[in-house]
Amino acid sequence: MAKLGKDWGPLHPKVEPAERTEKLAKTDLPRERQLELYSFMKLNRMVEERLGNLYRQGKVVGGLYSSRGQEATSVGCAYALAPQDVMGPLIRNLGAMLVRGVKPREVMMQYMAKGDSPTGGKDGNTHFGDLKRGLVAPISMLGAVIPVMAGVALAGRMQGKNLVALTFIGDGGTSTGDFHEGLNLAAVLGVPFVLIAEHNGWAYSTPTSRQMRIKNIATRAAAYGIPGEMVDGNDVLAVYEATKRAVERARAGGGPSLIESKTFRMKGHAEHDDAGYVPKEQFEEWRPKDPIERFERHLLGGLATEEELKEIVARIDAQLNEEVDFALASPMPPPERAFEAVYASAEVDG
Amino acid sequence: MAAETVTYLEAIRQALWDEMEQDERVFMLGQDIGTYGGAFRVTAGFLDRFGPVRIIDTPISESAMIGCAIGAAMMGMLPVVEMQFIDFISCAFNQIINFAAPNHYRWGQKVPLVVRGPAGGNVHGSAYHSQNPESYFQHTPGLKILAPGTVADAYGLLRSAIRDPNPVLYFEHKYLYRRLKDELPAGDEMVPIGKARLAREGRDLSVITYGAMLHVALEAAGRLEGDGIDLEVLDLRTLKPLDQEAILATVRKTNRVIVLTEEQITGSVAGEVAARIGQHAFEWLDGPVHRLCCPDTPVPYSPTLEEAYLPNVDKLVAKVRELSTY
Repeated sequence: MAKLGKDWGPLHPKVEPAERTEKLAKTDLPRERQLELYSFMKLNRMVEERLGNLYRQGKVVGGLYSSRGQEATSVGCAYALAPQDVMGPLIRNLGAMLVRGVKPREVMMQYMAKGDSPTGGKDGNTHFGDLKRGLVAPISMLGAVIPVMAGVALAGRMQGKNLVALTFIGDGGTSTGDFHEGLNLAAVLGVPFVLIAEHNGWAYSTPTSRQMRIKNIATRAAAYGIPGEMVDGNDVLAVYEATKRAVERARAGGGPSLIESKTFRMKGHAEHDDAGYVPKEQFEEWRPKDPIERFERHLLGGLATEEELKEIVARIDAQLNEEVDFALASPMPPPERAFEAVYASAEVDG
Repeated sequence: MAAETVTYLEAIRQALWDEMEQDERVFMLGQDIGTYGGAFRVTAGFLDRFGPVRIIDTPISESAMIGCAIGAAMMGMLPVVEMQFIDFISCAFNQIINFAAPNHYRWGQKVPLVVRGPAGGNVHGSAYHSQNPESYFQHTPGLKILAPGTVADAYGLLRSAIRDPNPVLYFEHKYLYRRLKDELPAGDEMVPIGKARLAREGRDLSVITYGAMLHVALEAAGRLEGDGIDLEVLDLRTLKPLDQEAILATVRKTNRVIVLTEEQITGSVAGEVAARIGQHAFEWLDGPVHRLCCPDTPVPYSPTLEEAYLPNVDKLVAKVRELSTY
């Protein structure tokens, strides 16, 4: 066989974290709200731990996706939104959904394909939406939700709703055509839209170096003539503050923004994937930067006592016992539901 | 009120105009639809009347245009997206089949979206300005697909499409744009989606068709009258969901069928019609169900090649004669 040429670069270059210190970003958020942020991040992780148990018990009928290590991004972004805002979460944005009022039981029933799940068993995992809570369901084809959320922002502007639309994309998803088309269209239309690029180092087993030749996704914003900002994705306060700035700018008519949240995926692509392809030292480098433990250290530096944090965890734990019981008790959907509601039957009016 | 004579294109324009006048949720996204008034001038004058907030010129980004319209539709707007040529709808395939189409089934959120644009050949547009992409979408649950062949349907079906709570693909045949003139019924005449129309009653053989091929069928029917062959012509108008009742009714009446469409034959809408006849009306047939479609080639450019490629009156008449004596 003819020589096909040399490989053009190392497959596993070191993922360079953003410059970061142990100290978190400055914020005006009062203690109570910081504790709320902590509760949501902890809830995010603990729901996923419960889901892991259900998966190992064979109760989850499909794949299970974890956002471990990325909770600060999901929670921080969603926390910066106003009630009228609309969000399009992806598979690793459970935390963002919890902030928007999704109940853990809803997600658990989704994963277990139960009849009472938000989609009635028709779809799984975080793939459900509810516009009353400002949630648009994503699809698995990455990037597709970007132009859709640009359209949500456009409609909101036409309807005078003063809303901002926000969605996420991973480092791998930035390679899609819809990333470019959607962000460009949003920029040209000047709609109130914020895109959070979660740069977690790995798209399934492919490192960022095989997605792009640039180190910082935020630099892509320049190509669309919009602001781009890099943020320490494992600092919930930094994510919150950066998102808040972008959301406020969008709401004031300043158009879209791109925020790159530098973080790390601490598990595999999904539960079945042991991430053996990720060099061990990358996990070791990122483990001490765990966003929840880091925020705990911050809170314990004068904002909260260990007892208070333990109390929060105990409360979540008790809540999740109930949530799991409820989800397990839900029946599977009736088979005839498979054939229902392909079309919406009502007139569009209303 | 006296009915007015308009072209097929003017009927489309009028439907859009009337919907935009009637309901401010209706707005349009497209390439060159504003100042320029659209490649075929369908939206000429719209920018002046409705303004740039509702008549939006977009970048050349079919996927983003349709994605954006999906988002706006979910929020309660009624977007109409123009594909400059319907061939380019392939660039937005994912948004249509994976986002818009299953949305209501997946999580109960309706997507009242219309994607419209010029389809079809016989204008020497070659491979990328002549396509009939309906069969790519025919397979996808959740979509509705319309292909009007008359002035009244061009108007009435488009208005119904905009009023429908589902994603609707509206394929207008560019060959008919200015060639077809007819009376436009006065008033708000909506044409129901999902109902075929008996375009010509006959007793000997049924031609099931739509779009520009409807007129091939009607012309062939006129020519065959002299031979004593009485064609029935069924205009499907809606391709998805198919009006199976009307299809089976005409088969039971004439017992002989040609499905005439301007698609490449393999995996075509015509194939689906033929399959349903075979499955549900087999005992009524006096001969094979024939699909008269285009061959499995890209659409060729040269007039001699395109003529060889497209079904036409001569080809239909010959096939009718053959099947009449089967």
